[in-house]
Amino acid sequence: MKKKKMEQFIGFMFLRVCIGLVILALVVILYDIFSKGSGVINWEFLSAMPRKGMTEGGIFPAIVGTFLVTIITALLSIPLGMGCAIYLNEYARKGKVTRLIRMSIRNLSGVPSIVYGLFGVVVFVQLLQLNTSILSAGLTLGLMTLPWTITASEEALKNVPQSYRDGSLALGATKWQSIRTNVLPYSIPGMLTGAILGLSRAAGETAPILFTGAAFYLPFLPKSFSDQFMALPYHLYIMSTQHHAIEKVRPIAYGTALVLIVLIFCMNFVAIIVRYKLRKVKME
Amino acid sequence: MSIQILSPRITVVKPWISLAVKEKLIHGFFFLNGILSVIVLLGIFALLVFTSIPAFQEINVGSFLFGLEWNPTSYVKEQYGIIPMLVSTFMVTLGALVIAVPLGIGTAAYLSDVASPRVREIAKPIVEILAGIPSVVIGFLGIVLVGPILAKVFGTHNGLNALNGSVLLAVMALPTIVSISEDAISNVPKSYDQASLALGASKWQTVIKVKIPAALSGIIAACMLGMGRAVGETMTVLMATGCAPAMPESFLGPVRTLTSSIAIELGEVAYNTTHYYALFALGLVLFIMTFLVNMTSDIILHKYEKVNR
Repeated sequence: MKKKKMEQFIGFMFLRVCIGLVILALVVILYDIFSKGSGVINWEFLSAMPRKGMTEGGIFPAIVGTFLVTIITALLSIPLGMGCAIYLNEYARKGKVTRLIRMSIRNLSGVPSIVYGLFGVVVFVQLLQLNTSILSAGLTLGLMTLPWTITASEEALKNVPQSYRDGSLALGATKWQSIRTNVLPYSIPGMLTGAILGLSRAAGETAPILFTGAAFYLPFLPKSFSDQFMALPYHLYIMSTQHHAIEKVRPIAYGTALVLIVLIFCMNFVAIIVRYKLRKVKME
Repeated sequence: MSIQILSPRITVVKPWISLAVKEKLIHGFFFLNGILSVIVLLGIFALLVFTSIPAFQEINVGSFLFGLEWNPTSYVKEQYGIIPMLVSTFMVTLGALVIAVPLGIGTAAYLSDVASPRVREIAKPIVEILAGIPSVVIGFLGIVLVGPILAKVFGTHNGLNALNGSVLLAVMALPTIVSISEDAISNVPKSYDQASLALGASKWQTVIKVKIPAALSGIIAACMLGMGRAVGETMTVLMATGCAPAMPESFLGPVRTLTSSIAIELGEVAYNTTHYYALFALGLVLFIMTFLVNMTSDIILHKYEKVNR
């Protein structure tokens, strides 16, 4: 009996060590970035152009670039993702085609991000002649985000009770009318939440924008969506591996990493707020 | 308002198309939207195949698949062998799994069977936050944090090597492994626990000998998804593994994976040259590898769902 208890104690201890290590990893990551990055963050860092070959000044163009790219990503992936989810949850019947669609979605979410980058280079940069631009990069990221948006939107649609649809259909509404008036209003908060979470992941991606529009150093803001741009994740990559004075710009790299992480956390926070607010409105 | 209801003015507006046709059109629209994902997936595959084909007009397929040297810019003779990269990818992935699989399963078992609801409430978001940290940030920490530590511990020149990549990829694969394994373990029917406990087994014995084996297929699928992530991850390995294009010698030496080779060379190569096409061939190899891994895990998960029902 004692042996069994001892065994359990050691076993549970092992499990505790496991989760302890996972938590430790996160704590170390956040601590390192926050403690070394917060020193360089000030208004100038956030609002100024980089100067003297990026060894001084701010990261304003990178923030703007990431913001603009994310807009394009959202414009592509949110409507398409919602449409696909509506088809899967409302129209699709069980069968081979539906299975094929679901399988494709799951596989798309496993395609390496650099492969999306290759796709973007051939299709958007060369074939559609968008060149290396915000548009090309945003569309590439949009495609990559698509499976996440679809999954999140479908989850939101699934949460709408079947009786909402049945009630509307029983009153003589057509399928689309039921969806429009009785399903979508209740699932929009969930869909938006999922979409914003997807966008936050896209905003932190580097590999797909490496060759589709991100620029090394542009000391001015992009004038249109067909210009090249600086982006936070790409800037961090440059500052930590490609810069000629790597040790000197390390604080800037830390600052960039901090801004990127905070941006992503903020987006996640907004997503949670959106869900909470809109749900409250609907309840009233 | 009430007057209108009492005396409704009925005006029949003839729609420009009948309601039924409109419904059909809308259905069709959403169907097209639905199969878009199939089109994109096939599109990516087709594009990789068609862009790789020109590469093989100059490169022998055998020397591509089995060549031991990758040197596309050599003045003497260009070499397009992908074995060093395959070995590199395999090494960092294996290293990542060795770290992440036990940790991930342990964490999942803890969350599903040992943790109190309150601990679970706190621990689950932590795993999610970990999943949300961009790969480039993890790569950066590989350079500034993990690298120097490894260099000190193993006395190497710098810490940018396969081991560093493995550690970082393990961190990136963990959230996937934890969350899917946890689902699998939690989905084991309650009656299994009860039967095991009633027979006198301790809680630990139940977890280790009943629940984990019962959830094994789900756990394997989770690990394979984590592996897929590790194989396809670009930025962390690009930044933290040293990236020398030679055959890797050990975990403490630099390696250069498929993904980082594409990332390094695509920026330097001229469009539509053999080298350019060869990089798409690398992409195709990568795509096929991750596709197979993901498909297998998908099939396992699917089967597992069926059994549980």
